[in-house]
Amino acid sequence: MTISSDSYSQTQRGWYKRNEIAITPWLFLTPGLLFFFVYVIWPIWQSFGMSLYDWNGLGDINVNGTYIGLENYNKLFGLAGERADRNFQISLWNNLRWLVLYLLAIPAGLMIALFLNQNVRGIRIYKSLFFFPFVISQVVVGLVFTWFYLPNNGLFTVITNWFGFQIPGGVLGNPNTATYGIIVAGLWPQTAYCMILYLTGLNAVDPEQVEAARLDGAKGRKMLWYVILPQLKPATFIAFVVTIIGALRSFDLVSIMTNGGPFGSTRVLSFYVFEKSLSERGLQYGYAAAVAVVLFLIMLVFISYFLWAMYKEEKAAR
Amino acid sequence: MFPTPVQKTSAGVRVSYQAFLPLALILWLLPLIAVMIFSIKPSVDFTTGNYWGWPTSFEGFTNYGRVFFESDMPRYLMNSVLITVPTVIGTVALACMTGFALGVYKFKGNLLIFFMFIAGNFVPFQILMVPVRDLTVDMGLYNTKTGLVLFHIAFQTGFATLFMRNFIRALPFPLIEAARVEGVAEWRIFWYVVLPLMKPAIAAMAVLVFTFIWNDYFWAVVLTQGVESQPVTAGITSFNSQFRAAYHLMSAGSIVAALPPVLMFFLMQKHFIAGLTLGAVK
Repeated sequence: MTISSDSYSQTQRGWYKRNEIAITPWLFLTPGLLFFFVYVIWPIWQSFGMSLYDWNGLGDINVNGTYIGLENYNKLFGLAGERADRNFQISLWNNLRWLVLYLLAIPAGLMIALFLNQNVRGIRIYKSLFFFPFVISQVVVGLVFTWFYLPNNGLFTVITNWFGFQIPGGVLGNPNTATYGIIVAGLWPQTAYCMILYLTGLNAVDPEQVEAARLDGAKGRKMLWYVILPQLKPATFIAFVVTIIGALRSFDLVSIMTNGGPFGSTRVLSFYVFEKSLSERGLQYGYAAAVAVVLFLIMLVFISYFLWAMYKEEKAAR
Repeated sequence: MFPTPVQKTSAGVRVSYQAFLPLALILWLLPLIAVMIFSIKPSVDFTTGNYWGWPTSFEGFTNYGRVFFESDMPRYLMNSVLITVPTVIGTVALACMTGFALGVYKFKGNLLIFFMFIAGNFVPFQILMVPVRDLTVDMGLYNTKTGLVLFHIAFQTGFATLFMRNFIRALPFPLIEAARVEGVAEWRIFWYVVLPLMKPAIAAMAVLVFTFIWNDYFWAVVLTQGVESQPVTAGITSFNSQFRAAYHLMSAGSIVAALPPVLMFFLMQKHFIAGLTLGAVK
């Protein structure tokens, strides 16, 4: 009796029911994948294609554009008898400056985190206020620092005047200092971000290990290096990831603070792509796409490293 | 605890720590404090060159009043809200689903799709710029809030999926298995078992995406123009050209533009930080 009713329901179960566990994940993934494919994956592919064309952005690329192969890349790097693009080189060098100097956010964040990792009255408020710069939009950070650097009246200029030195044209008006001025503005929120990562990391440091090390006579820098830092490795990894990404994404600050100037000296690749396509100086879409591809490939080096590190962790977790 | 708690050190260290703390904070926030003071100054202070001194009179109400009643700021703020809130809802909805699929099920390509989401999230915006703009124009959504929202949802889904998937992975799997044994349909497991447990992750994601989108400038410039659709980050530049060199008004405008994410952060601090650490640092 029971057996027959069981086999009855078995045949009644539809195709969906039988394959439920195999199908469900795909049903849940479809909307997200669709969005992601249309707006992220496919555009990357399109940009690669676009970089092989000479196109002013008007009309359809296949009608109004001309296929020129790797010509755009030749122009960028000065290959095949072309003269290398000076502005591209400036952007590349500035990106390198951003990358290297931005990493200072990690030790700076660690230092502030160590400074704030105490248990005194009101420390929670202090921690959140130190984190403040990260929550503010980069546009506002850029404006704030622009005023801070104002020639003649900027607070920074006022302070440097006390010490008797002056930067001709102001920090942002001088091609030798402008990029560094912007990077400092960017370091402000980035350091706050790294700080919060380390503060959470320090919370999870095993107190028993610290006590044990203390009994063994470890303290100060030695303790930090051999006992604390190894335990902060996950925090350091994320700080590294977000700082690299942040450095290569630097667009808002450059656009707000100098708009690439003075004399194009603060251009970075992300800004140069925008300048060559959407700005009034632009309309060289194919060329801009080639610059974007170069930026993408630089980023890809880091992305591959991040994914590889995560992959190892996934494998270890299983 | 490291470094050594100040309570265990000498009185001298303790006192100097307590004294140095507010000083360090003031130094750290100096640029911001300067702008706050700017925003309550009368315009005459700037013409007389009193940039950094004490305000000669308190003009906070006048300045902020002009920002709200004599400029397009309220419209930009409204646009920001109308862009940010739908994006948050859309992203959280999509990421809960993708996170569930990738976190609970074992199937071929699971890790590949997961890594694709992560990689996509790290991609430089500029490589998407022109194609996304063209796509938006083709859909007739250029210079609309909808166009911006759709893109933001798609892009943020990558990051949110990373977070949600890791969160679901950490949930007790036997719970799901028990439900399966009971014969509960998979979508019901999602809705009645997993989703209620994801509330903290949803809260974290919501605050974080809110902040990211509110502060977005690049896509606002690429996909919109003009007061009918631009969010406040882009609007502030036209606001600033309206009040060129009027530092007291520009700083009041900047503070108004920066305030919503700040409030969000202070109200939901715990969730915010959980989100920032990508759930990896506990």
